Amino acid sequence: MIQSPQSLRLARLGRGADRPVWPIPCIRRFIGNWSLHAELCRYAAKIVTTWGSYGLRSVLGIVIQRLLLGVLTLLVVSVVIFTAVNMLPGDFAQAILGQSATPEAIASIRRDLGLDQPFVARYFTWLGGMVRGDLGISFSQMNFATAMGGDQLKTVAQQIGPKFQNTMFLATVTAVIAVPVSITLGILAALYRNSVFDRAANIATLTSISSPEFFLAYILILFLAVLNPILPSLSNIFEGMSFSDRLEKTLLPALTLTLVVTAHMMRMTRAAIINLLASPYIEMARLKGLSPMRVIVKHALPNALAPIINVIALNLAYLITGVVVIEVVFVYPGIGQFFVDSVKIRDIPVVQACCLIFAAAYILLNLTADIMSILSNPRLRHPK
Amino acid sequence: MSTVNDAKPIFVGVLAALVVAALLAAASWYLIASLPILLNLPFWGTVIIWLAIIGALGWLFRLIGQTVTGNAPFFRDMPYGVALGYVLGAAVLGWIIWTYIYARTSDDAAVVAKYFFFRVAVEWFIIFTIAAYLFRLLGRYVGTGATRKLFRAMPLTAAFGILTIIIYAIFAVFAQWIAPHGQEQIFAQANIIAGGDPALGGNPDFPLGTDQIGRDILSRLIYGAQNTVGIAFVTTLLAFLLGGSLGFLAATLGGWLDQLLSRAVDVLMAIPALIFALLLMTIASVWSATLGVPLTVFMVLIIAVIDSTRVFRLARAVGSNIVVMDYIEAAKLRGEGLPYLIFREILPNATAPLLAEFGLRFCFVFLTIASLSFLGVGIQPPLADWGTMVRDLSAFINYAGFAPQAASTPLLAAGAIALLTIAVNFVVDWMLHKSSGLKE
Repeated sequence: MIQSPQSLRLARLGRGADRPVWPIPCIRRFIGNWSLHAELCRYAAKIVTTWGSYGLRSVLGIVIQRLLLGVLTLLVVSVVIFTAVNMLPGDFAQAILGQSATPEAIASIRRDLGLDQPFVARYFTWLGGMVRGDLGISFSQMNFATAMGGDQLKTVAQQIGPKFQNTMFLATVTAVIAVPVSITLGILAALYRNSVFDRAANIATLTSISSPEFFLAYILILFLAVLNPILPSLSNIFEGMSFSDRLEKTLLPALTLTLVVTAHMMRMTRAAIINLLASPYIEMARLKGLSPMRVIVKHALPNALAPIINVIALNLAYLITGVVVIEVVFVYPGIGQFFVDSVKIRDIPVVQACCLIFAAAYILLNLTADIMSILSNPRLRHPK
Repeated sequence: MSTVNDAKPIFVGVLAALVVAALLAAASWYLIASLPILLNLPFWGTVIIWLAIIGALGWLFRLIGQTVTGNAPFFRDMPYGVALGYVLGAAVLGWIIWTYIYARTSDDAAVVAKYFFFRVAVEWFIIFTIAAYLFRLLGRYVGTGATRKLFRAMPLTAAFGILTIIIYAIFAVFAQWIAPHGQEQIFAQANIIAGGDPALGGNPDFPLGTDQIGRDILSRLIYGAQNTVGIAFVTTLLAFLLGGSLGFLAATLGGWLDQLLSRAVDVLMAIPALIFALLLMTIASVWSATLGVPLTVFMVLIIAVIDSTRVFRLARAVGSNIVVMDYIEAAKLRGEGLPYLIFREILPNATAPLLAEFGLRFCFVFLTIASLSFLGVGIQPPLADWGTMVRDLSAFINYAGFAPQAASTPLLAAGAIALLTIAVNFVVDWMLHKSSGLKE
């Protein structure tokens, strides 16, 4: 059984036979990263099937199930992050005050931050704060306040807010460019498969997927900002900028992310459509004498939509990791750069909050991918 | 009429039509190129005019093709979009050739600097293609029967990948003897410009110049092969040892151990890998200061654990497919112990998927380490490392307009990372394609 090529592929994907088989190796970078949720969903599917026999099965029910499971996943992830941070030698108090602090000062800070509480109690206090949007106060702000004597402490939430908006803007611009381009190119590659265009696209996408993000970023800077000064290479974005200015400053990082994401989405679109081309109903459409373009756009595409939507959402989730490196390259004032800066100065409250936000976005996008693929499944939308 | 007989006239027709279209394009070149300047159009205006011209040429191309071949089916049934595709491809190819010749023959220093990277990219692309072709040719006639058979059906991309991996391996193993200077050796002259031209502030002793504290960049690039690739290789091995053995154990024993390990892996995989690595590196940096253990060791361990979750899933999936086989049952009935089952029965049958996974996993580990180093929390100085070099030298890119050699150093380091991952991906892509027998 293991010798058959089909099972080799399935084994490589680390998934059961319920998944379509993608003939692309690089997919694992995206699929398979998402697994706790997938496992939970498998259990949910079992439960839903049992309900189905009692006539309770509905799309709404499944969607609610998935949402609840998403929240549960996020809770488990928050436990992991909190435990990881609490593995620090010493504790926050020491980290804030440094090695030379007096025991009294440490004790007072410990009391102020509630560090004398037991672990579980501290976790729930922290979680409660997170839910209410209270992400704590960063060490650098605290040091600033003690040094300057000011009482205008910016909380982590206030610091992250505008940066989060900037990152969302970057991701939106990327998605607006990448999604139509990649779907069009994917359809063209499926239409003219095995042609020169398809092979060139295959090599180009494989190259772009396997290059590190900063390499692509510097290549684009070299050609579009330095040698041909079309776009600015640094994205200094500030409050009250006009939309067109902002778009111009965001375009180069967005183009870099587009390169990374488009390659993958295009390959998946191509694979999803080609998977369908062997079906009898496609052959019927061909025998009717329809043009190849019409066969693909009108007949194959609607049924390939579920995997394509899934891939788009998974790629947007991938943007979360990609955005960290890209924001550092372009000095883009987003949450990724803030995260890396805080990692370097060991600003634990910020690192913790950013990590949770990244994980939440990741979970949310994967959840969206899941729900969208349920909604685009006609068998579930129109139960018997 | 068979397709074999059709093939030749169509080829001639396409060629003739393309030549005529290209001649027309060349003839109208001066007329058209001066038009946007005459009309004082901005950049996008020029682009729109060119697209209109290409659109017209596509129609012309099909018309000429139909006329020349006497309405052959290939041209008769050609949709306008396909004709446009041919002409667009020809236009891009023509633009590349024209720009390359323009850059080669120009005496203007500004033009030479502007097209330096374009010229180098085209030249290296051709050199790599020829090298891969020769390598494949060599492989077809030298070696044992099995390897010769392998090379006969090999695409050029895979030959390129294997050749590149061999070259990297040589550089990594023999870095001490290949590099002209030591990786930590500091010279008196810092910030020497790359290119070795004394008039521009270069030095023939340091072909790629020196960095801001006077270390030879060429030597550091070569040592980077040893450090970056070596550390990534060790990390991948660790990830495979950990994930592979736990995965096989979970598959063989099953029960609560399987449940426990699988759920733990699920949780770890719900956090994006790079983000999780950065979080753990923050904590590790405090620990390494307290314990006096280098941060690089922590990085290897952290990435190995994060990546071992992916290996675990694969090993468990492959392993649980194998443990239900009859020969495992037979071995169990013979009374063989767990080590025998895992190492003599399961492992030999799981090598193929694990090998392919090893290639890909190496790429991801390599890219993660490069990204971490680029962000400043990965491999620590004084070890030479490509990710760190890109970060340190990145400001030189802004000199590309007048000193292209200086601007090329950060790109060389980044390109060294990209080239290796691309090469491994090409080889893995070919291996999977071959083992799956998938033709699409």
